[in-house]
Amino acid sequence: MATLEIHDLHVSVDGEGGSKEILRGVDLTVKQGETHAIMGPNGSGKSTLAYSLAGHPKYTVTGGTVTLDGEDVLEMSVDERARAGVFLAMQYPVEIPGVSVSNFLRTSATAVRGEAPRLRTWVKEVKETMERLEMDPAFAERNVNEGFSGGEKKRHEILQLELLKPRIAVLDETDSGLDIDALRIVSEGVNRVRSTGEVGTLLITHYTRILRYITPDHVHVFAGGRIVESGGAELADKLEAEGYEQYTKGGGS
Amino acid sequence: MAEAQSIAVAAESTVATRMSAPPSYDVADFPVPHGREEEWRFTPLERLKGLHNGTAVATGSVKVEVSAPDGVTVTTVGRDDPRVGRAGTPVDRVAAQAFSAFEKATVVSVPAEAAPAEPVRLSVQGEGGVTYGHTVFEIGAFAEVVIVADHTGDAVRAANVEFLVGDGAKVTFVSVQDWDDTAVHCSQHSALIGRDATFKSVVVTFGGDLVRLHPRVSYAGPGGEAELYGLYFTDNGQHQEHRLLVDHTAANCRSNVAYKGALQGADAHAVWIGDVLIRAAATGTDTYELNRNLVLTDGARVDSVPNLEIETGEIVGAGHASATGRFEDEQLFYLMARGIPAEEARRLVVRGFFAELVQQIGVPDVEERLIAKLEAELAEAIA
Repeated sequence: MATLEIHDLHVSVDGEGGSKEILRGVDLTVKQGETHAIMGPNGSGKSTLAYSLAGHPKYTVTGGTVTLDGEDVLEMSVDERARAGVFLAMQYPVEIPGVSVSNFLRTSATAVRGEAPRLRTWVKEVKETMERLEMDPAFAERNVNEGFSGGEKKRHEILQLELLKPRIAVLDETDSGLDIDALRIVSEGVNRVRSTGEVGTLLITHYTRILRYITPDHVHVFAGGRIVESGGAELADKLEAEGYEQYTKGGGS
Repeated sequence: MAEAQSIAVAAESTVATRMSAPPSYDVADFPVPHGREEEWRFTPLERLKGLHNGTAVATGSVKVEVSAPDGVTVTTVGRDDPRVGRAGTPVDRVAAQAFSAFEKATVVSVPAEAAPAEPVRLSVQGEGGVTYGHTVFEIGAFAEVVIVADHTGDAVRAANVEFLVGDGAKVTFVSVQDWDDTAVHCSQHSALIGRDATFKSVVVTFGGDLVRLHPRVSYAGPGGEAELYGLYFTDNGQHQEHRLLVDHTAANCRSNVAYKGALQGADAHAVWIGDVLIRAAATGTDTYELNRNLVLTDGARVDSVPNLEIETGEIVGAGHASATGRFEDEQLFYLMARGIPAEEARRLVVRGFFAELVQQIGVPDVEERLIAKLEAELAEAIA
């Protein structure tokens, strides 16, 4: 069973005023089949955690460990992490002009699966997954993220999640900027992946809204670059009612 | 919709005032450039091997082969032939030098209403040394033809290429500069576009030590359309310069210019000058020009200068865009975060960058060769 273990993770980012520590000792274990919601105010370091797990070069790990089934994730390059089964659904995915969605998906699936998927089954797989996400078939011929609306970008991220079948899925504010319909469609996609029981999900969000569609097993409050409180789904209700004030008072965010 | 900003720029400096001499067929009408002149300031004169100062004597050779489909004729004529020099006058000293020095011109004629299924192919293979050339493509009314000019080998070459595009004709001209690393190539492409005719040019520059091209169009009547596309891959130490002029001389004509280049390696230098001139008579003009550059490594340099001069407000549209960007780390990260290795990710991005222009070529073997060439250049960068 796949297990992602984050231990005492410290991460800095280089800014104009020199290096600044954002993550200050994160401890978290995510097992296959579990869903963890990470909730926190703006600037608490939630997205830094997501990007650090994926290996974005902007962030420097200054301490701690991240392992996937005992393998050192921090030693891996960005593409090696993805092939090892770590997936990051991005909040602001970039445009790649001239590269079609279908070409991108197939190149990516080939890399992650270690061999090119058989064309006939692949085309069917993509088509059916797109249908479930209520995406127009013409979408496949558009260039990656070029001219996509906010909702289209998020559906495209979840389409990749469903096709690449990672062991650990990190969803970085996938709910932000979505209307109710899009939120429902995207959440259903996440739930389909969760229902296989083969993915550990780290759901990073500012709002409790998405938790009405995706029920977490664990909820963690993130503030000042670390987890300050953990609990079950009921913790989200408390946050809904009381907000983040009690965590940010005098905090480092 | 005209862009006020561009007009303001044009008011200070015009295409005409920026040239050190007016166009002329006679090399003696141009002073020897020293490098400070507007039209020479980006060009390393010492690498022109004397093409600019009269010391380049035509002692070299090129092997020129023309493969013409049925119905297309190829003749050799003297400089007194009325078709020579009609589409455009040399605009700088090197083009005038080529015009003054060539011995015989090649005229390729496509009869009116002909539509050959195969392209006309012109192969210029440099065999070393200085050569001058002149080629005229005469395309009859309503003819539809694709012309591919391929430049390979080593040469110090200055030439003029003219296109007399008949009324209603449709011409696609693909010029591939795939020279050896030592070659020097200066060429002026002048097209005179007939009424309701379409002229599409795709310039593909990979090779050479120094390549300096002048793709230029003007219109003989209303309703003409020009599409000028270009792709270049400027490597280590190469100087590749494309200087375009669209001269809107007639009413209701359209033009679209799109040049894209990738650069890598130390001292790679690409220059793009895009001049568009809308004359007072050219009401109803619709024009757009774009230049994009993708800088893959440190040490490369791009000079990109779009310029729009408008002498009438009665136009449909006029605009330009120029952008030079570094290879985007965020794109690389996104692709790698989906398991795609760095090398392949880089290839995807560069291929994607050029994709829309590659599709414009429309000649499968040239497209395939271009893609193969791109892959080879990128592989070199990674190694």
